[in-house]
Amino acid sequence: MLKDVTIGQYYPTGSVIHKLDPRTKILFTTAFVVMLFFLNNLWGYLATFVILATITLLSKIPVGYIIRGIKGLVLIIMLTVVLNLFMTPGTVVATLGPLTVTLEGLKVATYMALRLIFLVVGTSIMTLTTSPIDLTDGMEWCMRFIPFVRRYAHELAMMMSIALRFIPTLMEETERIMKAQKARGANFETGNIISRAKNLIPILIPLFISAFRRADELATAMEARCYRGGENRTRMKQLAFEFRDGTSLVLMVVMIVGLYLTTMIQIPLLFPV
Amino acid sequence: MSVEIKNLSHTYSEGSPFEFKALKDVNITIEDGSFIGIIGHTGSGKSTLIQHLNGLLTPTSGSVLVDGKDIFDAKKAELIALRHHIGLVFQYPEHQLFEETVQKDVAFGPKNQGLSEEEIDQRVKQSIKMVGLDFDAIKDKSPFELSGGQMRRVAIAGVLAMEPSVLILDEPTAGLDPRGREEILAQIKSLHNQKKITVILVSHSMEDIGKMVEKILVMNEGEVVFFDTPNRVFTEITTLESIGLAVPEVTYLMRRLKEKYPEIREDIFTVEAAKNEILKVIRG
Repeated sequence: MLKDVTIGQYYPTGSVIHKLDPRTKILFTTAFVVMLFFLNNLWGYLATFVILATITLLSKIPVGYIIRGIKGLVLIIMLTVVLNLFMTPGTVVATLGPLTVTLEGLKVATYMALRLIFLVVGTSIMTLTTSPIDLTDGMEWCMRFIPFVRRYAHELAMMMSIALRFIPTLMEETERIMKAQKARGANFETGNIISRAKNLIPILIPLFISAFRRADELATAMEARCYRGGENRTRMKQLAFEFRDGTSLVLMVVMIVGLYLTTMIQIPLLFPV
Repeated sequence: MSVEIKNLSHTYSEGSPFEFKALKDVNITIEDGSFIGIIGHTGSGKSTLIQHLNGLLTPTSGSVLVDGKDIFDAKKAELIALRHHIGLVFQYPEHQLFEETVQKDVAFGPKNQGLSEEEIDQRVKQSIKMVGLDFDAIKDKSPFELSGGQMRRVAIAGVLAMEPSVLILDEPTAGLDPRGREEILAQIKSLHNQKKITVILVSHSMEDIGKMVEKILVMNEGEVVFFDTPNRVFTEITTLESIGLAVPEVTYLMRRLKEKYPEIREDIFTVEAAKNEILKVIRG
């Protein structure tokens, strides 16, 4: 179950996508996410699908691995779909007892589901193809352009990289504690929701304690090595913008503009515009 | 309970770039009431192996038979019941403590077994005593205000309270001071002698293992290298050294002595036995 969480994980394959400058990837992902919410017809989602599929193929990450990442969000997606399906007023196409399905509801539900799936896939491709260190270096660079935030850019980036770094560690820890409690006869697999929630206590308390202990140890270790934040700190690896980054940046701009242009298409696909 | 491991293999993250073969075709039989030591370098598959014995990990291929029954054929409920009989103490077990008081924490296992209140109380009392702690002084303390060594003991008591017929301990003495180590090992030994339960002890220390166990399982890169009595295993010094292990210091001493006194025996791995052997040779 825990192994299904692919968000924030890095999957090295050494592909072109992996080698891209993290800044380009971050900018594109941000633009992509914003764009997702502008899309207003299925042409746009079709185009998004093609773009994501191409990037996935280029990144050489197994498709199954990315799909596993969506699995964890099935519940949220279902909830959104169901709520939108029945709660949107408009032309009724079907009734189910007190519930009515409207054409508008059907449309909104489809769009929302696609949006969520593409959102997760798009962002996880970024984290899957970018090592945590590259990612935070890129973030730090991007934050320099945001007023108020720029002063804390380094600290925020450091916090982020620590958080990312500890996701797999804490997962491992959770699994270890879970096993230890299972060995003491704890049962996490059966029972109703309340007893299952209660059963989480023997996992959560040791996990919290270990997280605090780790944080404490890390802080000591950093201080012992004279860490003192952003000012005058130099880096071992400088980000370098190369030819392929320039090419990909141009391509990305084209893709985003292309996505934006789909919103102007007047020919309906499946749903009336 | 006898435990039989047949053609057991385990691969982590199969099919991903992180794929790792932790166990490769392991075959061993652990007889009822025996005392087994498992030794091997870090990453040799020791921890993976013991987690199969109570069904926490499912094998990639092969099976584990407990009293002749394949535990992976069993239903979930049966597997949970099996864990009541096969106690597993993880590495750094003090990290699993969570209750407000020591008493409650030790009672977690027996409670999961569905025992009666009195039975639980009695078992908690007994197992805390068994690990060498003062029940009345410690029972109402929070497990988090104890010292590292005491926490370790409380955690071990938590497994003992389930009264398992097979007790598996994964490096129970890691990170303890020499005295704490001696005490915990002595308690494990006496538990084995008193209750005649099967004990499987995973350790890095040849000294500890050598003087306690009946048979040693040596692992390297997921494979069984030796499964034999300490006497025989410790004579394979070259093989042991080639896989990053060593024999007890005293065995090295005996080997050096043999260069001078050919009549001395070298299959010796406790200081006590070495003393007797040296005296015997000196006295001729």
